[in-house]
Amino acid sequence: MTQATERPGAEAPKVKGHHNPSDAKAKPWPVEFMSTAVGKKWIMAISGIALMGFVFAHMFGNLKIYLGPTDYNDYAHSLRTLLHPIFPNGFLLWLMRLGLIAMFLIHIGSAISLTRMNQTSRPVKYQSQRRYLAADFAARTMRWTGWIVFFYLIYHLADLTWGWANPDFVYGDAYGNVVASFERWYIALFYIVANLLLGIHLYHGGWSIFQSLGVNSPRYNGIRRGFAVTFAVIVTIANVSFPLAVQFGIVS
Amino acid sequence: MSNMLNLTLKVWRQDGPDTAGQFQTYKTTVADDASFLEMLDYVNEELIEADEIPISFDHDCREGICGSCGVMIDGRAHGPQKGTATCQLHMRQFSDGDTIEIEPWRAAGFPIIKDLVVNRAAFDRIIESGGYISVTTGAAEEANAIPIPKHAADAAMDAAACIGCGACVAACPNSAANLFTAAKMQQLNMLPQGQAERYTRSNDMVERMEQFFGSCTNYGECQEACPKEITIDFIAMMNRDYVKSQLVNRRRLGEKKVG
Ligand code: HEM
Ligand code: FES
Repeated sequence: MTQATERPGAEAPKVKGHHNPSDAKAKPWPVEFMSTAVGKKWIMAISGIALMGFVFAHMFGNLKIYLGPTDYNDYAHSLRTLLHPIFPNGFLLWLMRLGLIAMFLIHIGSAISLTRMNQTSRPVKYQSQRRYLAADFAARTMRWTGWIVFFYLIYHLADLTWGWANPDFVYGDAYGNVVASFERWYIALFYIVANLLLGIHLYHGGWSIFQSLGVNSPRYNGIRRGFAVTFAVIVTIANVSFPLAVQFGIVS
Repeated sequence: MSNMLNLTLKVWRQDGPDTAGQFQTYKTTVADDASFLEMLDYVNEELIEADEIPISFDHDCREGICGSCGVMIDGRAHGPQKGTATCQLHMRQFSDGDTIEIEPWRAAGFPIIKDLVVNRAAFDRIIESGGYISVTTGAAEEANAIPIPKHAADAAMDAAACIGCGACVAACPNSAANLFTAAKMQQLNMLPQGQAERYTRSNDMVERMEQFFGSCTNYGECQEACPKEITIDFIAMMNRDYVKSQLVNRRRLGEKKVG
């Protein structure tokens, strides 16, 4: 290894666009922590866990669609009135929304920054066919599945929260809106594809969080992949079932 | 008896760091008990005989301990055999009539010097930033003076097996050096002797590494390519130590003046 330094012209390279630690005074803690990729991966993992919590709760809440319009609309309504007598209506809902927006911002912000870093770290690609042994499809497509899920979410909000993209949007009738949306086969298909992609994102992400956070011990390393698979499968099956249920007339 | 293999080689030839390179095709016949580097030696003999410039490649010990060798062989770092360096690869891994593509490591942190030789000085910079312990000079200490649990010693030894060849960077889709850095960090962080500088080391080595290399997406390619089969468990340990280093009282790390 050391032999390289002895060769003329073999100084360590200057890599453009990469983090340059200065020997000057350290920055305040969160700023310094977030300036390295290892720190950013922590942030991605923490925000990823928060988003996983949201995805799970969202999926679980929507299962009430199988209990019929009354239960489902009651549930939708209860989200607005959570903690109601103590706080004004919608308070907790907005608190959760703000938290979610913050999590998305830092997750996507870190994703962009890491993507840029990795794009500059191999300026000349391999000229022969690379053979991957471990990097699976899910891991290599994180940024694609991530972005597609993001744009799907925007559409999803326009469809069922704001109502712009919904043909028969009735404020307050969540059940009817879902049915009206999913009755169009191409929209049902779009939801199914987007949720499959989310499942793929979670298949790698749900495992990756452990490594990024340094949660590693022979005692439970065996269940890390199992956790990711279970989580991704449960969330995906439930989410995909909603448009299917409307298409097959189980929910109408 | 050894079998003879007729091979077509596509070797990356590049005159210098700033010149364009291209694949050059060579035909050769070697015995299947030759090592991969011996095969390149034969090709070079033929090139020299024909008054051509031989292929430059790095090598030294040829027994998998120095970390000098290492090329991409058919798109895999150190070739098709797991847990071995290029010098330990034998031609019996290939079949008669094969075409073998040979390419240097490619990463911004590893610029090409010539042909298959890359500059791995960036690894030295990472070691300098924290891959050491400070000891008092003099006669060596009695080996059993410091009690070390057997498991910790074994784990540190697994990390210490790193020969610094750079296959982890070469194999990583992001050209990240996290496996190398983690191994060089954790071999010390897991032992009592490494504790005094543990958190400055964790902080400094990560920062230095990121000056040259990409970030870890937990692909796991590095541990597949590693000739010493070092696992990404050490990367998780490094991530932990790095975050701890950020939380350690800065006064203790010498970043803030006392008083
Ligand atoms: C519901 C939404 C989402 C969930 C539950 C989620 C979850 C996760 C999790 C758990 C990880 C693993 C973190 C780690 O390795 O430490 C991850 C990684 C990642 N996410 Fe997301 N994510 C979501 C949305 C997005 C979006 C909108 C993007 C858009 C860019 C995105 C891009 C990425 C990328 C690029 C990575 C890999 C980063 C790397 O290792 O280099 N994700 N995600
Ligand atoms: S030549 Fe020393 S490890 Fe291959």
